[in-house]
Amino acid sequence: MTPALAQAGPSTMPGAGLMLVLLSAALTDNILLTRFLGMCPFLSVSRQIKSAFGMGLAVLFVTTGTCVLNYWLYVYLLRPLAAYGVPAESLKLILFIIVIAAFVQLMEMLIERISITLYYSLGIFLPLITVNCAILGASLFMVNNVTSKGFGLWRVLTYGFGSGLGWFVAIMLMAGIRRRLKNARIPPALEGAGITLIITGIMAMAFVIFQGMIKI
Amino acid sequence: MSVLLPILLSSAAACGLTVILAAALLVVEKLLVNRGTCVVDVNDGERKLEVTGGRSVLTTLTDEGIFIPSACGGRGTCSYCKLEMTAGAGPLSPTEMPLLTAEEIERGLRISCQVKVRNDLAVTIPAELLSVREYRGVVERIRDLTGDIKELRIRLVEPEAIDFTAGQYIQLRAPAYGDNPDPVYRAYSISSPPSARDGIELIVRLVPGGICTTWIFTMLTEGDEVVFNGPYGEFRLSEAGGPMIWIAGGSGMAPFWSMVRHMKQTGHARPCTYFFGAVRERDLFFTDELKALARELPWFSYVPALSGPAESNGWTGETGLITEVVDRHVREAGDLEAYLCGSPGMIAAAAAVLHAKGIGEQRMYYDKFE
Repeated sequence: MTPALAQAGPSTMPGAGLMLVLLSAALTDNILLTRFLGMCPFLSVSRQIKSAFGMGLAVLFVTTGTCVLNYWLYVYLLRPLAAYGVPAESLKLILFIIVIAAFVQLMEMLIERISITLYYSLGIFLPLITVNCAILGASLFMVNNVTSKGFGLWRVLTYGFGSGLGWFVAIMLMAGIRRRLKNARIPPALEGAGITLIITGIMAMAFVIFQGMIKI
Repeated sequence: MSVLLPILLSSAAACGLTVILAAALLVVEKLLVNRGTCVVDVNDGERKLEVTGGRSVLTTLTDEGIFIPSACGGRGTCSYCKLEMTAGAGPLSPTEMPLLTAEEIERGLRISCQVKVRNDLAVTIPAELLSVREYRGVVERIRDLTGDIKELRIRLVEPEAIDFTAGQYIQLRAPAYGDNPDPVYRAYSISSPPSARDGIELIVRLVPGGICTTWIFTMLTEGDEVVFNGPYGEFRLSEAGGPMIWIAGGSGMAPFWSMVRHMKQTGHARPCTYFFGAVRERDLFFTDELKALARELPWFSYVPALSGPAESNGWTGETGLITEVVDRHVREAGDLEAYLCGSPGMIAAAAAVLHAKGIGEQRMYYDKFE
């Protein structure tokens, strides 16, 4: 780790290796199942495994990228500015969203170039990643970790990747379950979003059990 | 100062970041979206266009001088710009799905404003659209035909001549003005005969609140330059030689005013009765000219009809709704063909009367105002 990080908080995180950060971000602190962030695309794109896979990858990629960009933004712009009385805590919300929006634009162009089929199957949800709260959430939690636990670049990268991975895992699980649900007899009133939310709740309870195992 | 500094710094940070990111995106877009040169094959090798990729098929074709009708301006709502694409169009996009029927998808039809040129592709363009092009002209004359109908004569500047079939229409461009931020195109039938190749005439009725007609009625003056493209349309006389009736109202006069003069000039004698509906006598126009034609041409007769209250100034012609007049005049269907031009309401009502008389759908031709 970087020296700055070692100074910042060795005592608060005994033995917090990168692996631990990854596992906690992806499993015990699963951004979707423990915080219920990023629900909108989770509910709508989990109907088909193929598009869930694409959406999951897109979120994974954007979360990782924006976490790192926003980390630099926070450390090299917002924190120095705070010394001049700039309200860094409020300003970070605006700046982070701008970074995310630009990053999503970039990714939209990339995906359109690489796979037009994936581009169409993601449809409107690709630009909507911009307002996927899981992504902004990951960046904001990342800042908390930087201030309270002294995360450095590598751990921020791992944290962002882990958060995205957690979202990816959750939507893939849901897509798998929903494929099996197609042949299940569901009460008409619960079809669609209803049964999906109930299943999400049950999955969330399962993930909460992990919580005692790892703590960063 | 101490209050101002953080505000200034915050604004500077947000604005600076936005500018930097926008610049970065523009650079990436240049690198990624520019797909270099693609070849668009029109009608199986009839024309091969070398174009720069990355834009919609519709825009690309327009820039190459091939005009595909489009009413919504490439927003993907009107579906007029449907084209058959035989290769290279890529998968169907979600924005095209609602505009195409299963059978059209099967035939390979696509909405050309929603398909981007990403690689070489092949399209089939109907022959009459290939002769469509953009014309510049000068308004030579504007005159009132009735209180709310004007006749426009446009003399062509570039190119200097136009070829069309009587009954076809053009799309006139109304420039951006007032609350209308973008130029819009509106369709008008050509009312002059095809023999007058150096210009066109249009008959325009004022639509309250209409972007293009308001522009024509309040801003356009003689000597102004205008732009239009065309000709378009399948509304034309059939190959059959049997008797026919024409039914029109208001500016629906235009295609028939072109057709009757074209038939006279080419000596195309074919029994024809022209029913023209209006409310009051002052809503009629070209009455003297058409009556003169009817006297001169044995095969042509003109039946103007007024639906409004009979006025005291001695109207001796037909009265009642145009549908009632047609009902009285048309005895039996036989091999009669019917040509209808006017508002959708009038066309639907007249078509119902004609159906009842036994004129099949295949012998009726429509030019509806949308």
